Amino acid sequence: MAKEPEKLTRRDILGFGLRGLGALAAAGGLGALALRGKAAATETVWQIDPDKCTQCELCATKCVITPSAVKVVHAYARCGYCELCFGFFEDDPNNLDTAAENQRCPTGAIKRSYVEDPYYEYVIDEPLCIGCAKCVKGCTEFGNGSLFLQVRHDRCVNCNQCAIATACPAQAFVRVPIDQPYLLKDGEQAG
Amino acid sequence: MKRLHALYYWLLLILPSLVLGEERFPPPEFETDYSQPLAQHPAARAEWLSYLDIAVLAAALALAGYLSLRRRSRRGLFALAAFSIAYFGFFRQGCACPVGSIQNVALSVGRPEYALPIVVAAFFLLPLVAALFVGRAFCAGVCPLGAAQDVVLLKPLKVPAWLEHALGVLPYIYLGAAMLFAATGSAFLICQYDPFISLYRMSGTPLLLGITAGMLAIGTVVGRPYCRFLCPYGVLLRWLAPLARWRVSIAPRECVQCHLCKDSCPFGAIRTPTLAENPGGRREGKSRLALYLLLLPVLLAAGGALGYLGGAALSGQHATVRQANRVWLEAHGKVEGTTLESEAFYRHGQPQEDLLLAASAIRRQFNLGGLLLGAWIGLVIGLKLVFLAIRRRRTDYQADPAACLACGRCYRFCPEEHAPAGVLEKIG
Repeated sequence: MAKEPEKLTRRDILGFGLRGLGALAAAGGLGALALRGKAAATETVWQIDPDKCTQCELCATKCVITPSAVKVVHAYARCGYCELCFGFFEDDPNNLDTAAENQRCPTGAIKRSYVEDPYYEYVIDEPLCIGCAKCVKGCTEFGNGSLFLQVRHDRCVNCNQCAIATACPAQAFVRVPIDQPYLLKDGEQAG
Repeated sequence: MKRLHALYYWLLLILPSLVLGEERFPPPEFETDYSQPLAQHPAARAEWLSYLDIAVLAAALALAGYLSLRRRSRRGLFALAAFSIAYFGFFRQGCACPVGSIQNVALSVGRPEYALPIVVAAFFLLPLVAALFVGRAFCAGVCPLGAAQDVVLLKPLKVPAWLEHALGVLPYIYLGAAMLFAATGSAFLICQYDPFISLYRMSGTPLLLGITAGMLAIGTVVGRPYCRFLCPYGVLLRWLAPLARWRVSIAPRECVQCHLCKDSCPFGAIRTPTLAENPGGRREGKSRLALYLLLLPVLLAAGGALGYLGGAALSGQHATVRQANRVWLEAHGKVEGTTLESEAFYRHGQPQEDLLLAASAIRRQFNLGGLLLGAWIGLVIGLKLVFLAIRRRRTDYQADPAACLACGRCYRFCPEEHAPAGVLEKIG
């Protein structure tokens, strides 16, 4: 650039003033949209409302990452520790044991262990879970509903438009504030 | 036999609890010292990191402005584009981005219950404010969508003027449609059909992967096809960039009319000096302008009417309307069987009237929205014709501030640029 240094004219100052005003007005308008709620709008993340979820199994396949960012979580306080767990066992199991043909989970992601007569503990092996909700369906229809799906925020990439939300037939995906990113049953706290 | 057992189970244990509304199998009181495990729920990405993203965006915009207008460095802009691909693309996986944020703004206008997150508002606003000062710096090297196309551009072909003008209308239509669908809470079209998101995420549906591959393939011979012929955010930047305080000026001192810059621009953004006009052409131009000005209200009205009629069809994109349509068809015996949508509705036991009322409210919104969208499309086409009929006088080769993506390619083709190094003297 071999130009003369530009002199600041009245016109320049007016131009800066007008541009600044335009930017301020736009920021004000957007600020009004952001502050329209009760408090300042924090960033949001996607979450599944477990009461709306119908266990359609689309969460396993519609997520942009594989395996899905949606996984099953277990509210232990709600669990009945049943010997015949409808989340764990296939319909009409041959035996109430951990043989693969008796399990409902296609990936064997639920670990069953004996606690005391007649109770069994069921723990989710999260890396194996693909979010297909077969266990959730069994537990919700016949059991206590202690198994339910949640978006796991260590995996979710938080797309502006969640691909599963687009496909969800029950419109169960909602935007929640980033500081309360889970919708757990019984008001259980995330921790 | 087992089936019978299950039936007893159901009758004796489950049914009563369903009626009483308590847990079917009361959680046990353990006699051993078993303690219930605590479910772990990993926290979402810390919010301050999003503010860091805003800071990176602001810094990248300032740097892009500096590199394109002050340093005039194509190499610097290319490095910045590579950084944007790495950071906003592969690291942040493309979200949030200013292009998609249009829809969040539209949604928060259309749906009062959705408050616009401050982070998204900042992503929407910053490139627009930057455009008021340094033009389309965002396009130059910050936007990960633009950067992906910029680095694959190998051998740019000239797009014929008529095609360039015709395709140039598409971004306006896309912007209007995206705002309609976002404001009604139906879909985020821009995100759903973002051609580069599957590149940055390394995954996607077959349709999306096809769009990505196609767009990148076209991008090797047509300069930035998405930016020029689709990008809805580019429309906003196009409006603001001509107001910029500092603009791309090709010849540092005096244009020598060599048109090397025009040949070097892969985006057709450099305008030729106007030739001396003959008076006959002037008259013809004037009558054409008058015709187009008269045509404008006709196009506006026709577009509005078509949009109003088409609104109902578009409303089928909203999940509630789709569900209501299906449930209505099933209730009236017009279709057999159920879909996932209708099953979801029956399971929640909501009254059918509520659903149908909600759907018809959304349909009414679509009638209004369709009217506006149609009128908008009519207006855009009409104004395009009017602007085509207006002749502007230019004495030098100049970058059109609205269309210029400030990529910095033309600078090094201008002989004047190299004048301080004595190039002109060497040539002769």
